Amino acid sequence: MSVAAEDTVTEAPAVEAVPKRAMTLGTGTSLVILAALLVTPVFVKNFVVFQMTMVMIYGIAVLALNILTGGSGQFSLGQSAFYALGAYTSAVLMENFNVNYALTLPIAGLVSFGAGYLFGKPALRLSGIYLALATFALAVAMPQLLKLHFLEHWTGGVQGLTVMKPDAPFGLPIGQDKWLYYFTLAISVAIYVGSVNLLRSRSGRAFMSIRDNEIAASAMGVDVAQYKTLAFGVSAGITGIAGGLSAIVVAFVAPDSYTINLAIALFLGMVVGGVGWLPGSFVGAAFIIFVPNIAESISKGLSGAVFGVLLFIVIFLVPHGARQVAIVAQQMLGKFKN
Amino acid sequence: MSAINLRLGAFAAALALLAATSSGAFAQKKYDTGASDTEIKIGNIMPYSGPASAYGVIGKTEEAYFRKINAEGGINGRKINFVSYDDAYSPPKTVEQVRKLVESDEVLLVFNSLGTPPNTAIQKYLNSKKVPQLFVATGATKWNDPKEFPWTMGWQPNYQSESQIYAKYILKNYPNAKIGILYQNDDYGKDYLKGFKDGLGAKAASMIVLEESYEVSQPTIDSHIVKLKSSGADVFFNITTPKFAAQAIKKNMEIGWKPVHFLNNVSASIGSVMKPAGFENGQDIISSQYFKDPTDAQWKNDAAMKAWNEFLDKYYPEANRADASVMYAYIVAQGLVHVLKACGDDLTRANVMKQAASIKDLELSGLLPGVKVNTSATDFAPLSQLQLIRFKGENWERFGEILSGDVGG
Repeated sequence: MSVAAEDTVTEAPAVEAVPKRAMTLGTGTSLVILAALLVTPVFVKNFVVFQMTMVMIYGIAVLALNILTGGSGQFSLGQSAFYALGAYTSAVLMENFNVNYALTLPIAGLVSFGAGYLFGKPALRLSGIYLALATFALAVAMPQLLKLHFLEHWTGGVQGLTVMKPDAPFGLPIGQDKWLYYFTLAISVAIYVGSVNLLRSRSGRAFMSIRDNEIAASAMGVDVAQYKTLAFGVSAGITGIAGGLSAIVVAFVAPDSYTINLAIALFLGMVVGGVGWLPGSFVGAAFIIFVPNIAESISKGLSGAVFGVLLFIVIFLVPHGARQVAIVAQQMLGKFKN
Repeated sequence: MSAINLRLGAFAAALALLAATSSGAFAQKKYDTGASDTEIKIGNIMPYSGPASAYGVIGKTEEAYFRKINAEGGINGRKINFVSYDDAYSPPKTVEQVRKLVESDEVLLVFNSLGTPPNTAIQKYLNSKKVPQLFVATGATKWNDPKEFPWTMGWQPNYQSESQIYAKYILKNYPNAKIGILYQNDDYGKDYLKGFKDGLGAKAASMIVLEESYEVSQPTIDSHIVKLKSSGADVFFNITTPKFAAQAIKKNMEIGWKPVHFLNNVSASIGSVMKPAGFENGQDIISSQYFKDPTDAQWKNDAAMKAWNEFLDKYYPEANRADASVMYAYIVAQGLVHVLKACGDDLTRANVMKQAASIKDLELSGLLPGVKVNTSATDFAPLSQLQLIRFKGENWERFGEILSGDVGG
């Protein structure tokens, strides 16, 4: 019995090998999407702009998980902990130390990178579902750690911290929401391009070789321990930046915002978006933000059940998530051209 | 001849009256976003899913109550359109939902949104948009702050004023008490604790012998009770939510600890605390109330309780009648209806706040006799009166006067 269980852990990676070219969109498509994202805020209400900003923020966090899982083949259910760490770093710096909001983001990223790297060291002894469990513990512990008494002076304890929402700089004639949208968009693009380049680099190839076969990777001279920890740290760092952004945009942090539900939502976003397909992260983020709203509009009392059914339909019809939809669309377009 | 004259006279009078009323009404009709001749749009956010989903019944009861109001002709001829969204008790989601309510659904006001963290997350936004955040469903003390947040108003007696009432009672009746406290380690528990210490004043340090806290995720609080007993405390202030309150009452009896037991109002329910803990174990426990416990047999033939039951039969038959939240929602919904009626044809956001801040001695069906709603431009705590109760037999017995303790945020 136990042998069978071990077999499934070591031998059947749930993450299938994704060739690196298939991890991104073509340049043309990317530019069209970017142009659309640039002009949309002009035509929609501020509320929709806010929602789109949240999609990008969750998208960055899902992307970070995607680098870890899709890239290096490690599972994590603890992303909410790093997200919280980033959010609190930004909020505390802004409120208690009057640091400029934009400057808090790199610090939030560095703090989370450090925490992720340090956590990754011992956690490396674990693999597959065991690593997922260890990170799960981290996610469960985080909200309570934030409530600790001796931290309360900075974190505001259970009450959380309210943050001042920044105005557009240089007297630009746009509202707070639109400014934060473009601010978030710029950071998302930078992180996206950076992540694509990372996965195409030497380190990225090392990640993927570890994902595909650890023994083969080490035989080829890849320092497995080093790269696994690095993947963990990078993922945590990017998640931290997303958390910091969320603190700025939502203008409030509280332990209740970063429960295990958030970690599961991010995981869900990754699966729906397509594991290992970076653009899918943003599709997944849209799923975790909008589909609960749709479920609620169908039935208030059974919103959870409706959400479950919708999720089931998606997983059943397109098990590879948004990536599969994109591939099918591409093939149909190809036929159309011929 | 005289008949015609009379008729003419009556006709003229009627015309004059009509002209007077219509022109008067015309002059007064003022609307902000969310109100019109036919409709008043009210926004609400509730945790229908997630860790606090038990409170979702509040939103459902309110929705049912507004259906009743609409069926009876609405408010000054306008129907209430109640838009309620789920935030799963997650503050970022609350922010998203409140923006949807204000910017997309365009509601007149946000009513009775639930929980301290979610309300904190949206307070600045609503105040900067000048949208009323009316009668928030949390007992935290900070909502009574009209200077800083003139668009936010609390509703229920806050935790600090309640625990001050216990503190005053202890100082008067047990001046030499050794007090042991058990509290839930979150905003709710700490708010109670602060009010209690403030109420004891300088004597707090010498009277309190032990403060124990527990996490809401703990399965049992037995070890805390044992520790409290061994501290030698003879007064026990029990700041726990229903499940833990029942455990504490039972455990006290098991280990033979019989202090003077003060139980916070959060857990003063017969159906969900006293009955599961065993009536014989809960004798002489002191607590406080401001509305009628629907599971308390003494209200069986009470007119308000009958009206409540009729309302539930007709509009919300599947409601759990042992759930105090259903009664809570019934009362706060009446409060909103009162404010909207008082607004008359001036349904602007400013007037809503003005009317909400000028309630005088309002009695609502379901409140304890003598408990009244009072607000003013400087008092944004509508309910601040409580009555002490003692558990006798299978009921709460009210004793002493209606006490009030207004605490600002």
